[in-house]
Amino acid sequence: MDFLVFQYPMITVQACLDGILLGVLFALIAYGMALQWGVMNIINIAQGDLVILGGYIAYFMYLYGIHPAWGVIVAPVIMYFVGIAIYKLVINKVVDRDLFISILATFGISILFMQLMNFAFGADVVLANSGYGTTMLFDSNVVLPNSKIFSAFISILFAVCLVIYMKKSKLGRAIRATAQNARAAKILGVDTEKVYAATFGINAALCGVAGALISITFTIHPYMGLPYTIRSFMIVIVAGLGNLPGVAMSGMGLGVFEEFADYILGTEFRIGSVFLLLVLILVYRRFKLSRKREYLK
Amino acid sequence: MNRNIILYAAILIFGLAAPFIFPAFKVQLSILCILIVLAITWNIQGGEMGYNTFGNILFYGLGMYLCASVQVGMFFPLAEWTESGGEKTFVHTPTQFFQGMAVGLVVAAVVPTIVAGLIGYSILGLRGHYFAICTLGLGVAAGEISGGIEIIGAGQGFTTPPFPNVGSLEARGEFFYFLSFLVLILTFLAVKAIYSTRFKLILNAIRDNEDKAEAMGIETMKYKIIGWMISAFFCGLAGGIMGGLVGYIDSTDVAFDGREMGVFMVLMAILGGKGTLWGPVIGATVFHIFKEGFWTFFLGWQYVALGVLIVVIVIYFPEGIMGWLREKYPERFGEVVDEADRKAQVEIK
Repeated sequence: MDFLVFQYPMITVQACLDGILLGVLFALIAYGMALQWGVMNIINIAQGDLVILGGYIAYFMYLYGIHPAWGVIVAPVIMYFVGIAIYKLVINKVVDRDLFISILATFGISILFMQLMNFAFGADVVLANSGYGTTMLFDSNVVLPNSKIFSAFISILFAVCLVIYMKKSKLGRAIRATAQNARAAKILGVDTEKVYAATFGINAALCGVAGALISITFTIHPYMGLPYTIRSFMIVIVAGLGNLPGVAMSGMGLGVFEEFADYILGTEFRIGSVFLLLVLILVYRRFKLSRKREYLK
Repeated sequence: MNRNIILYAAILIFGLAAPFIFPAFKVQLSILCILIVLAITWNIQGGEMGYNTFGNILFYGLGMYLCASVQVGMFFPLAEWTESGGEKTFVHTPTQFFQGMAVGLVVAAVVPTIVAGLIGYSILGLRGHYFAICTLGLGVAAGEISGGIEIIGAGQGFTTPPFPNVGSLEARGEFFYFLSFLVLILTFLAVKAIYSTRFKLILNAIRDNEDKAEAMGIETMKYKIIGWMISAFFCGLAGGIMGGLVGYIDSTDVAFDGREMGVFMVLMAILGGKGTLWGPVIGATVFHIFKEGFWTFFLGWQYVALGVLIVVIVIYFPEGIMGWLREKYPERFGEVVDEADRKAQVEIK
């Protein structure tokens, strides 16, 4: 344990910038989580594994000599169909059921994906080298890889496009109507089954984009999915469903928290601190809610 | 009543004779006992109380680490035993081994119970999926954090004391088998006794409608915490034995193995039938046989099979074996069935 952060202020700047760029990516994944949670009332434990799968698509393009940045376009297309397939096979049978059933079923999918990816791609930690170089700020005291800036930019682009799509398009309106009241939407002629499938597909596509960006900026590994699920879950419960600026803000906050935890506690406690933060947030939320309940009494 | 006594006697005799009938399967039988204990304890939360937890693995792992640490630490410096101190080899004499094991198991049972009581008030206030995800996070966090603590071996793992030489090669297997069988009987009898009291009705009331139960004057929080503490007690014991049985503790792959053991307990209880006394026992037995078959014949594909199995059980078989039997033969479960009603139901189907 060293407290370099306090002795050397530039590291603070570095950690904040790193965290914000990382947090934008988390927010993108969390947006997909919020979408399916709001629309279908499903908590998808396999979210992180979809992200990693998207990452492997970009990595394979890199292996075959295509620049991995194109994965940002290819991965969501493939992942959309993967998402639809998962929906048709499993999710449509758990949509109306108890939430725990959906958690357990997607846990099963998560284990399945982990192991299949382990078979297909091997258990090595890999990354797709984008060759983007770095940017120096403040007299080279702060080093930012260009790939991180690129990934944050692309995430924001996708998020904005999706928000506009949800507001303007017919499918977007149908999705929002289903989220508000599925039965009423059905009565008014919305094919909710199709809407659910599309929602899950869009979520998987978002995971694909995020995964491709993660394979460029960080590393991917078949078993690294669960922390991404937990992060996106955490961001959604902090922000609340349907609160997009909140998702972006809490995503960045989480990113900064992680960078600082990394510096202060050490890298081996990084994932542990994320999970511990989840527990703390849930406990805080529970006490806040119970106080509210007492007011009502 | 008479039939029940014969059944219990038959199981007891079979349990006592099993290691001599199947000497090659002693370790597997001990693991089966541990799995049944875990399924029964999960069922207290998930089945009777309606709180679907992934976090009982926390107590299991805690018990495992505590038992091994106490067993080593009572006689030798713990820091030198593990990797951090150069991994020196000390040899336990038989007396030291068994004394250490006994004290270790007591600690492994008591400390998780206290931990459950301490965190219970905060965690058990959460409802539904928040509780499920929170406990999932708790289990993984414990694994990640214990993987960073040097004195218990950090990421390198922790070798539990090897079984002392007491003259017979079979002694190790028999010792661990009878120990786990004893814990299984204790757990089963304790849970059976608990289920015949008002306590079970309170837990069921919490499951069916917690707010209403509270409105009826039941201090739900108190009973939820007590229920969790009972689970933690037996989970810790099971973990302590499992550590000695496996002989090696790793933070994320053996102790706080949320991906395997944490899901297994849920799956076993659901497969057997949630909210029944015998369901977890049957579920764990079927699951263990299936799992070992798969682990042996399709090595490498076991997790694929596990993932598919989870999805299939959860979607198509959520009632479990006991639930299915209950639907098929309701008379055996003490339910009065109107014949005309039943015929009408069959016709509808």
